[in-house]
Amino acid sequence: MDLSFNEVQTMLADSIEKFIANDYDFDTRQKYAGSAVGYSPEVWQTFAELGWTAVNFSEEDGGFDGGPVDLIIVMEQLGRGLVVEPYLANVVLAGGVLKRAANQAQKEQWLQAVIGGELQATLAFVEPSAGYDIENVATTAVRDGDSWKLNGHKGYVLNGGSAELIVVPARTSGGGSDSSGISLFGIDAKTVGLSVRDYASIDGQRAAEVSLSNVVVDAERLIGNVDEGFEALSDTIADATLAVCAEAVGIMTLLTEKTVEYSKNRVQFGVPISSFQALQHRMVEMYTACEQSRSLLMWAAMTMADGGAGATQAMHSIKYQVGVAGKRVGEEAVQIHGGMGVTWELDVAHLFKRLTAIGLLFGGADWHLDRLAARREP
Amino acid sequence: MNVTFTEEELAFRREVRTFFETEFPQDILQKQNRAIPLTRDDMVRWHKVAYERGWGAPNWPKEYGGTGWSPVQKYIFADEQARANAPGYLSFGVSMVGPIIYTFGNEEQKQRFLPDILKLDTWWCQGYSEPGAGSDLASLKMRADRHGDHYLVNGTKTWTTLGQYADWIFCLARTNSDVARRQEGISFILIDMNQPGVSVTPIILLDGEHEVNEVHFEDVKVPLENLVGEEGKGWTYGKVLLQHERTGIAGVAVSKFQLSRLRALSERSIRGAAPLTGNSTFMRKIAAAEVELKALEYTELRTLASVASGKAPGPESSILKIAGTELRQQIDALYLEASGYYALPYVREQYSVDFADDERVGEGLDTNSSMVYFNDRKVSIFGGSNEIQKNIIAKHVLGL
Repeated sequence: MDLSFNEVQTMLADSIEKFIANDYDFDTRQKYAGSAVGYSPEVWQTFAELGWTAVNFSEEDGGFDGGPVDLIIVMEQLGRGLVVEPYLANVVLAGGVLKRAANQAQKEQWLQAVIGGELQATLAFVEPSAGYDIENVATTAVRDGDSWKLNGHKGYVLNGGSAELIVVPARTSGGGSDSSGISLFGIDAKTVGLSVRDYASIDGQRAAEVSLSNVVVDAERLIGNVDEGFEALSDTIADATLAVCAEAVGIMTLLTEKTVEYSKNRVQFGVPISSFQALQHRMVEMYTACEQSRSLLMWAAMTMADGGAGATQAMHSIKYQVGVAGKRVGEEAVQIHGGMGVTWELDVAHLFKRLTAIGLLFGGADWHLDRLAARREP
Repeated sequence: MNVTFTEEELAFRREVRTFFETEFPQDILQKQNRAIPLTRDDMVRWHKVAYERGWGAPNWPKEYGGTGWSPVQKYIFADEQARANAPGYLSFGVSMVGPIIYTFGNEEQKQRFLPDILKLDTWWCQGYSEPGAGSDLASLKMRADRHGDHYLVNGTKTWTTLGQYADWIFCLARTNSDVARRQEGISFILIDMNQPGVSVTPIILLDGEHEVNEVHFEDVKVPLENLVGEEGKGWTYGKVLLQHERTGIAGVAVSKFQLSRLRALSERSIRGAAPLTGNSTFMRKIAAAEVELKALEYTELRTLASVASGKAPGPESSILKIAGTELRQQIDALYLEASGYYALPYVREQYSVDFADDERVGEGLDTNSSMVYFNDRKVSIFGGSNEIQKNIIAKHVLGL
């Protein structure tokens, strides 16, 4: 067992931290978030040039052979920077499906371009009536000669407005929440019948509603085998869940640091409010929540890196932990900042909003706890 | 003790319900149901309707144009108001400065200001907090210096809710710095905002909305007659007002309405999804909130009964503020959970009259639940933060 980062991993964390310190302050982030596309294409190019988009892909696919541990290193720093560039959608979600299920030609066409920062992509894993159940796919794909015809609606598609490639899970057999019978399609966003309604998300990111109405695609756009897309989808969502948990730990830690700092500077009743024991204890609890979450995050990443039966439990555990601890830390950070904590002007509110969104992404705390509770020893 | 209502009380409830179903502007209720923000005109319009009905100020005594209602009547009214999803009264006039004026003001002030509050012909806002004086309100720095027949006012007030619409502001200002206790040099002063030297700058809150402001005063001349009560007694008056504000802040009726709406929402199948009632984890949370609500409701009724027997709301009103705001935030979080991914879209333009509901992102779901959750972070901060309320209970109730 080894709980330390290796030299390459330490360098990776340092390089992102340095980039955020030098080129990505809060005002810059707000400017990018408020722009038409909702992020900076130049910054995205920089990410690709620095190799951050290649971290969790195999060398064969043009990546650095990283795994879950490397992913949490990147995501924690992106969390601290409150970065709005679509790393999750491109690299973790679309890239995650492509690396697992795409054939060589598709990898060359799509995955290389995602890693190179030349193609904007996403995975449409949400359906309006499915809640958090990714196997509950109502969108259909019907074979029609050499092509497939898709119909359905995908909700809250991250990066959906910018994505040129949308990976769409669709039902090719079975029904309801059958995990078999789901197939994956890489669809060009410009395809006839596909409409995208792009909007801002509460956390400064962008998402879209995507409707598919008799969308006809070639057979080459099927990713992996017919009816067998669920495993790649599910493993990808597990990675993405871990990724946002790491992002959340970064945000929680930063919020705690900022709250401690603010309390030392805010004077009321003639003394810094940090001198009040009632507040000290609450900040200690915030700090404890961060450290506990970080410990569990490391365990989860290492367990998921090993794969096997424990990986699912680890993923549910960390998302539950971050859901509960993140809500608590976020709400306390705002409360201790007082009126300032609820202003648009301060980064605290925006960190809190992203933390809130992460709390809902890929399932809330209760959803994951219910799954842990239902687990039976084999 | 008796938990059932009398025939008279039930008749009153029917009367109030009919008012909201027929006389109250229905377009305003529709806006409320569609989570569309009300305009200043909407607020003025419905206040006048209430005024015409004799209900311009439910909490005031009859002699000043109020209803003179019993605590039970007030409770029933608030209940029906929330049930109709009607907006709350603009509290700054009706709940705050009005009671201060009729309790501590002189005859001339009562005649001058009270009628316009009842009709919402004057929109009031509150000038208490300052950038450096939040929880520690007594450290406020706004000065009102006597110059002949007027005060010269200088300073900055902040978190001024809806100050962008206001005609007048009631302020706590320092009239004397040479006092033993800081609280003693503070006076309660009414200021016309429509004059040189007063400027309002917006503060945008985390939900992106312009709800609060900073109000700046630079050499603003205020006639001495705008002082309420005695000079230097403003702190005492303000404290009374805050205790009134705290009872109202419990928001029992609104929380009750929100919880019953949430129950209704959980029973529906939205877009073919299984109803939330099948999710026992979630339903247990609703049930727990309902128990807490009931406790809060009866704590409030006990406080109101004690007020009706002639006592001013005491420091125990802080319990209402703490429990009421925590419950509200708890309910907000449940809505957030119920909406799932559809709490996330931030599509402000869809909350307008011209925008068709079925065109909304997340149609049929409570898509603005995150906005409410974010916006309501303020309720445990304003009106004296919940930390301050705990200090009040510790000191004045428990004698610690």
